[in-house]
Order: sequence, then C-alpha cells, then structure tokens
Amino acid sequence: MPILMELFVSFFLVAFVSFGGASAVIPELYRIAVTEHGWMDARTFTELFAIAQAAPGPNVLIVTLIGQYVDGWQGAFWATLGMCLPMSLLVGLLFKHWDKLQHWRGRAAIQIGVAPMAVGLVLASGTLIARSAAPGLLGVLLLVLTIAVNLKTKLHPLWLILLGGVLGLTGLL
Amino acid sequence: MPAPQISESATKPVAISPTPGALFFGFSRVGLSGFGGVLPWARRLLVETEGWLSAEEFNVLLGLCQFLPGPNVINLAVAVGVRFCGWRGAVSGALGLMLGPFLIALVLGLLYSHYGELPAVQSMLHGITLVGAGLIIATGIRMGLNVKNRAIYLPFAAAAFVAIALLHWPLPAVMLGGAALTISLSWWRLSQEAKACRS
Repeated sequence: MPILMELFVSFFLVAFVSFGGASAVIPELYRIAVTEHGWMDARTFTELFAIAQAAPGPNVLIVTLIGQYVDGWQGAFWATLGMCLPMSLLVGLLFKHWDKLQHWRGRAAIQIGVAPMAVGLVLASGTLIARSAAPGLLGVLLLVLTIAVNLKTKLHPLWLILLGGVLGLTGLL
Repeated sequence: MPAPQISESATKPVAISPTPGALFFGFSRVGLSGFGGVLPWARRLLVETEGWLSAEEFNVLLGLCQFLPGPNVINLAVAVGVRFCGWRGAVSGALGLMLGPFLIALVLGLLYSHYGELPAVQSMLHGITLVGAGLIIATGIRMGLNVKNRAIYLPFAAAAFVAIALLHWPLPAVMLGGAALTISLSWWRLSQEAKACRS
C-alpha cells in the first residue's frame, strides 16, 4: 500500500474506537507508528507527543505530527483527515435525526456505557506516556504536581507546559 | 437579502445565524486559543461571545458529539456548521478549527526534524512529556469523577486501565469488548428504571 494511503487507513480505523478523543488512543497510535509499521522509534513518538501538547489546538495534532514525520505535509494531511473524517461524516448524517435519537433508550445506554471505558483508556494513555519518559524522582514529582494543580486550580495549562520545558532544560528530571 | 421574519415567539431574542465565513473565523479563534483542551473555548465562542447557541442547545449538540468517538471538538464544529449552513458550514467550521493548529504543528514538526537531535531540545521535550502525561491523567480523573453511579461503572474503567496499561492488550478489542459489556449493563439498568417508574 502506498504510504499516504497507509496513513489514511490506519488512522481512519482508529477513529472508530477513539471514545474520549485522541488522548484516549495514544497506546494504539504508538502501536501503529512504532510497533506495527516501524515509522519511528519510541523516543521520537514520545517527543512528538510533547510537541502536540505544547502546540495550540485539539489533541488530534499528535496524529498530524506522526503523519508529517512519516511523509511531510502530505502525510500530515492524510493522517489528520483519516482521524477526523469518519465521525465528521457520521455527525453530519446523525444531526438531522438527533432530536428523535436523543430520547431513545439505546442512546442513553451507549453514552453511559462508553464513559467508564473512556476513563480507563485516557488514564492508561497518560500512564503509558509517563512511563515511557522514564522519569527520575523529580520527574515523578513534576507529574504529581501537574495532576494536582490541574485538578485543584484554574491555572492555564500553558504555564505547566512552560514549567515542564524549563525544568527539563535543567536536566534534573 | 430576505427581510427578517417576524416569528410568533417574538419574546425570544432572535438568534444570529452565522455565515460559513463567520463559522470559519470563529472556529479559527477557538482552535488557536486552546491549549490542552479546546472545548471550553468552543463553548465560550458559541454561547457567550457570539450567542449562536443557547446554553441548552450547546449541551444537546455536545451530547451528539460525545456520543460518537473521535475528536469531540471537531465533531462539534461539524455539528454547529451543519446546523447553520449545511455541509458548507460543516466544512467551514472544521477547516477553521484545524487549519491554524495544523500549520503551526507543521512548523513545529519541521523545527523538530532540524533540531530534534540537540540535547537541549530533547531535555526540554522530556519535561513537557511529563507535564503532558500529567494533564491527560488529570483529564481522566476529572472524567471519572463525572461518571454517574461510580460504584457500578468505575470497576470497568479500572479493568480497561489494567488491560491496556499493565497487560498491554490490544486497545480496539478492549474498547469494543468492554463497551459491549458496559452498554448492555446500562441498557438493562435503564429498562429496570423504566419498569420501576411504571409500576
């Protein structure tokens, strides 16, 4: 399969299980990019994740960066489109019927049922990324501090990202 | 330009319908102002700044977007676009949301491909990775606290976590298999509730 098609198809398929958004499927993105296709090594994947976090915009940018790393701007385009297209089409189709569907028991059942799965996936994603960074003691402290500050205060996450970058530069993490 | 119609419910403030161009620029601002989560910014634009949607309409549309997998905020841009301008609105909204961040990501990716090997860049990204992981874990915790009937449903979250983070089971299988279980359970519970209401 040509590489652009491979990017498009891989992320098109991921879209169907990404309840909870791109952050929930990071382990699957890792499997596709590193394990299955060998497009990059583990360190590069983790660094692209960091760049996506530091950039403004939706979390799906990790997919954009993977695509670009593999095949320039065209790779970025097809990877991003693959991830965004399936559900965009479904939203467009479901929109007209949503008034009726809203009161269907299946809708409530799906929404209630999928939520805990998304929680598990998102937590697993964060944990696996943290583990892959192999933090030292100070690194673990930074991780815990980030979680606590983000949960307990309204501080803009950009400040935490800046803090992470600066502390990273000291090489102590 | 058609004359504004006088509707029967004239007491309600007339909602402003955005054009595809307005959707594009509105969602551009949303995309570029969001760091680590764009959804609050989308709400601010749609409900507070522009008044395109009432708070209730926003929640209904958000429900549609959260019902489906995929990047929620892109789903939202599509849903809002369709609501006002059909498929042209959907394309404008989604494109507006993504174009700016996409271009910035390309520039950052290019910088990375030139300077990514520098030790300083690597140690900086190492720090950002940890913060990014922390932000995702915090999001997960917040989502977990929002789950209703936590005693019933959170064990499934824990099982999904163990399966993926510790046992490294394939994510699509865990997600689809687990969701089949949890959806059946919630369907059954909703049926029970409906019966209890009737009797």
